[in-house]
Amino acid sequence: MDLYEYQAKDLFGAHGVPVVPGRVCTTPEEARAAAAEIGGLVVVKAQVKTGGRGKAGGVKLAQTPDEAFERAQDILGLDIKGHIVRRVLVAAAADIETEYYVSFLLDRANRTFLAMASVEGGMEIEEVAVNNPDALAMIRVDAIEGCTQAKAEEIVDAARFPADVRDQVIVILQKLWDVLVKEDATLVEVNPLAKTPEGVVLALDGKVSLDDNASYRHEAHAAMVDNSETDPIELRAKELDLNYVKLDGQVGIIGNGAGLVMSTLDVVAYAGQEFGGVKPANFLDIGGGASAQVMANGLDIVLGDPDVTAVFVNVFGGITACDAVANGIVQAVAMLADRGEAITKPIVCRIDGNNAIEGRRILDESGIALIERVETMDDAARRVAQLAAGK
Amino acid sequence: MAIFLDENSKVLVQGMTGSEGTKHTRRMVASGTNVVAGVTPGKGGQEVDGIPVFNSVADAVEATGANVSVVFVPPKFTKGAVIEAVDAGVPLCVVITEGVPVHDTASFFQYAQNSGTTRVIGPNCPGLISPGKSNAGIIPGDITQSGRIGLVSKSGTLTYQMMFELRDIGFSTCLGIGGDPIIGTTHIDALAAFQADPDTDVIVMIGEIGGDAEERAAAFIKDNVTKPVVGYVAGFTAPEGKTMGHAGAIVSGSSGTAAAKQSALEAVGVRVGKTPSETARLVRDILG
Repeated sequence: MDLYEYQAKDLFGAHGVPVVPGRVCTTPEEARAAAAEIGGLVVVKAQVKTGGRGKAGGVKLAQTPDEAFERAQDILGLDIKGHIVRRVLVAAAADIETEYYVSFLLDRANRTFLAMASVEGGMEIEEVAVNNPDALAMIRVDAIEGCTQAKAEEIVDAARFPADVRDQVIVILQKLWDVLVKEDATLVEVNPLAKTPEGVVLALDGKVSLDDNASYRHEAHAAMVDNSETDPIELRAKELDLNYVKLDGQVGIIGNGAGLVMSTLDVVAYAGQEFGGVKPANFLDIGGGASAQVMANGLDIVLGDPDVTAVFVNVFGGITACDAVANGIVQAVAMLADRGEAITKPIVCRIDGNNAIEGRRILDESGIALIERVETMDDAARRVAQLAAGK
Repeated sequence: MAIFLDENSKVLVQGMTGSEGTKHTRRMVASGTNVVAGVTPGKGGQEVDGIPVFNSVADAVEATGANVSVVFVPPKFTKGAVIEAVDAGVPLCVVITEGVPVHDTASFFQYAQNSGTTRVIGPNCPGLISPGKSNAGIIPGDITQSGRIGLVSKSGTLTYQMMFELRDIGFSTCLGIGGDPIIGTTHIDALAAFQADPDTDVIVMIGEIGGDAEERAAAFIKDNVTKPVVGYVAGFTAPEGKTMGHAGAIVSGSSGTAAAKQSALEAVGVRVGKTPSETARLVRDILG
């Protein structure tokens, strides 16, 4: 889960990383009150999970509370790269003398963590990495040893931080490491890390990504979940514990195992090229060992998507038993009929593996005319693309 | 021969008395695996289907000589379980558990590296099977037979699909390395082992979107692998920024796309199939 700037800074503050005090506001009135409380020059910043806010007009200064009201009015509701601004952060505007960059992130290639630091902050770090790679220090951090005093010194010296801020940055790095480890984050980034004319170093902006696998040991993280931008079908699927991603095509896809479902998306898209560019409408992985109920839930979700014109169930039973899958399909169709939503969309099924013979028999004898069973993955993909195209 | 697992493997199951552990222990035994012990703290002295349960991995290793551990314990206990297997000197630890926090994986992987004694496979993986010899994990034992193809994959069900497509030819070892951002054994580790395995003639490598493991594997193949390699990458149609099931399967910006992985592999002479069935045909062409 990616956090908003204000959430990231809350975590920074909680772990002792120096930040500028601010208030998150959802209305211009709140922004005025926040500016009055903070006093002096404030900055009003759009809270969206994308970069380039400044260029898009999402970051403005305000001299007075009334100006903060106006700036918040301008920014709330803006569309920044497809993200609608619903909140602004109002914070004291710090004077900036110099901008730096620091981050810790997961280093997949080396199967450990990586620290990145640069005295060239404020811009996209990807640009620094390309245009001036010598200015970006990248230092591995051992997952067990962590960011010790010695490691923080190594990072700061590799990035050539000046002597007057060296000690402050060393402390900040260790506290940021605390954020990474204690909050189970996969990324903590401060850009810019700013030095004020008084020589104080502060985190002016922050990005944090949290590991969803660790949510069981962080009760507080649940409150940071924001579903305002999540597709409504994805939300419903999540409530049913289904791994679903909405896509922009017409063929509903249900399969077991992330790899096989991704492969199914590809095979359907290739087959769809023959039929006017028919594409997958979703990714849905019912997982290993799925029961009939899980299958029924999945089918319910996919058939409920108005964009879907035909469904492809592609299951290779490893742990999953194909008879359970077949029973789930039959049950889902019956359940929908009971609700007065008798299915109208064709369902193409390909099932192989564990108990496949019994699964096929259940489907063949179900008497449901809209279920069509096809032997191979390729042929089934072609057939469902054809049906989705209405041919 | 085979890689990492063969007829001499003595398997212990961490979490054997749990429902998943018991179910899959039975399946492993049914496909010919020599399961010698289970470990569940506090349940030492019990038995599951005649297999003795021990309180600790060290006790199990001492009593049975187990040299492979398969881990089925829940995510919050996984790090401790792996560290226990490493401390007991178990040479191979196969972590099936899904949903392990990545900080836990990073630290148990580092711990295993520091030990110098234990190879970790997974987490969030189906394990590995050397058909006719041994099966450590949850891969169905009855899809295929012993043969001369080596298979390595991030995905479980795609592994099964590929085993099924080529079931008449058979496999030396099929290895599911898992789709998490940090995994104990990589494509490169498997490629090196298959290259050295006299019973493997052709290697099938299945990848998916996210990260750059396939690109790094391509660089490794160029310098180190002389056996023919056939590749398949899932996720050509995956959009940017959406995680496709596996925590690691996400296209970020211009990196991690299936197309980039395909071209990296093709540039070093790996033939890449567009679909699982085409990939199987490429393997058949090579084997004549």
